[in-house]
Amino acid sequence: MEVFSDKLDVFWNGFLGTVQMCLLAAVGALILGALVAVLRISPIPPLRAVGTAYVTVFRNVPLTVVMFFAAFALPLLGSDASFLKIPGLRDVIKPLGTDLPYFRFATIALTLYTTAFVCEALRSGIGAVPLGQAEAARSLGLSFTQNLRHVVLPQAWKLAIVPLGSVIIAMVKNSALAAAFGVIVTLMGVVDELVSQQYYDAVPVFLGVAVGFLILTIPLGLLLDMVERSQKKVATR
Amino acid sequence: MTDALITLDAVNKWFGKLHVLRDVNLSVAAGEVVVVIGPSGSGKSTLCRSINRLETIDSGTITFDGRPLPAEGRALARLRADVGMVFQSFNLFAHKTILDNVTLGPTKVRRQSTADARAYGMELLERVGIADQAGKHPAQLSGGQQQRAAIARALAMRPKAMLFDEPTSALDPEMVGEVLEVMTGLAKGGMTMIVVTHEMGFARHAADRVVFMADGQIVEQAPPAEFFAQPRTERARDFLGKVLSH
Repeated sequence: MEVFSDKLDVFWNGFLGTVQMCLLAAVGALILGALVAVLRISPIPPLRAVGTAYVTVFRNVPLTVVMFFAAFALPLLGSDASFLKIPGLRDVIKPLGTDLPYFRFATIALTLYTTAFVCEALRSGIGAVPLGQAEAARSLGLSFTQNLRHVVLPQAWKLAIVPLGSVIIAMVKNSALAAAFGVIVTLMGVVDELVSQQYYDAVPVFLGVAVGFLILTIPLGLLLDMVERSQKKVATR
Repeated sequence: MTDALITLDAVNKWFGKLHVLRDVNLSVAAGEVVVVIGPSGSGKSTLCRSINRLETIDSGTITFDGRPLPAEGRALARLRADVGMVFQSFNLFAHKTILDNVTLGPTKVRRQSTADARAYGMELLERVGIADQAGKHPAQLSGGQQQRAAIARALAMRPKAMLFDEPTSALDPEMVGEVLEVMTGLAKGGMTMIVVTHEMGFARHAADRVVFMADGQIVEQAPPAEFFAQPRTERARDFLGKVLSH
């Protein structure tokens, strides 16, 4: 157990790495997921087809494979994803700006993968908004985009927030896979550094990693329960 | 009729194999109040909804204010802005206050300033008698109040015509009167109205013309006094016998 007193900084850095990757991927997936959801309900058939194709591919391919393509196919295409070295953001989230591209690759893969699930959660929310709401908006002369922006999406977000939360929790756990693709400074990367390279006992290290994930996921779950309860209260008012 | 605001010419519509509108011809003059009655399933709601293209038609033409209904896009949105619609189930925007429901169309579609839209919105809420509810959400209001808010929301667009699709059918009996009162006021004020309803009292005293539909067809039409006193067809006599006998 001396690993915790000796190497707490390694755990801490790994924890921070995971938090950073998850924040980036969550924001990215929520934005892209909303866009893909809008494509999927668009009145223009080719746009709908693009949205459906996206979801079909990324929902049905294992994350490991998506990460593989990000880590090995992007370099083949000559990209080290340096477009993610966003000035300002890379000063706050240091791994974005490093020469080694693996953090950026894994973040891209996690974002693209999670986008498909965010899209479907949002679409279920959109489907749960009564049809009459959109009809009333159309009958006032609102355009498709105005209808989405002012009437349908504000209600769909609320209905989708619980399924969206589950998607984000799954995403946090999925981020563990990044360690297998060269991203050392994450929670799961701690195992590589302490067990494989420094020969600490595996069990306490994995326990530490588990606690790290629980610190992230349990509060998220509690937050969702709270949201759900407050929604029930509104519904029965 | 050249001064018609709304004209339906040989309109047909099918829901799958069901022929819901059969060669419907109807012309409504500006300022006219037309009440459409008939048994359920007769196509009267579909007729009403097709006029602002919430339902598409399969053949025939519908003309509003001299122009055929646009297919989709901006032109259709402009037409809908000019045609107020009131639904059976109110369809107020559940996440917005009553006043925000009323001002959404004017600010986003008509590009009015928020201040102007709110001022006119309050005036309309005053007119339908629910100004004191302006800050509440739809779920906090009674059905009658919600429907009056929905009428105010439609009026806020300063429409050229108003469509009412069974506006009192979802209301508790004691709230029907307050909604009909608002509608009667509108009719007297010269608004062009097409009203699908089962309220025979309203048809009698507020309509300029009663249109009786059955099986997707307009069976007969006449001024209310004439229609209720001497219906010409067996179908209409049968229908009136059923709705007026109790």
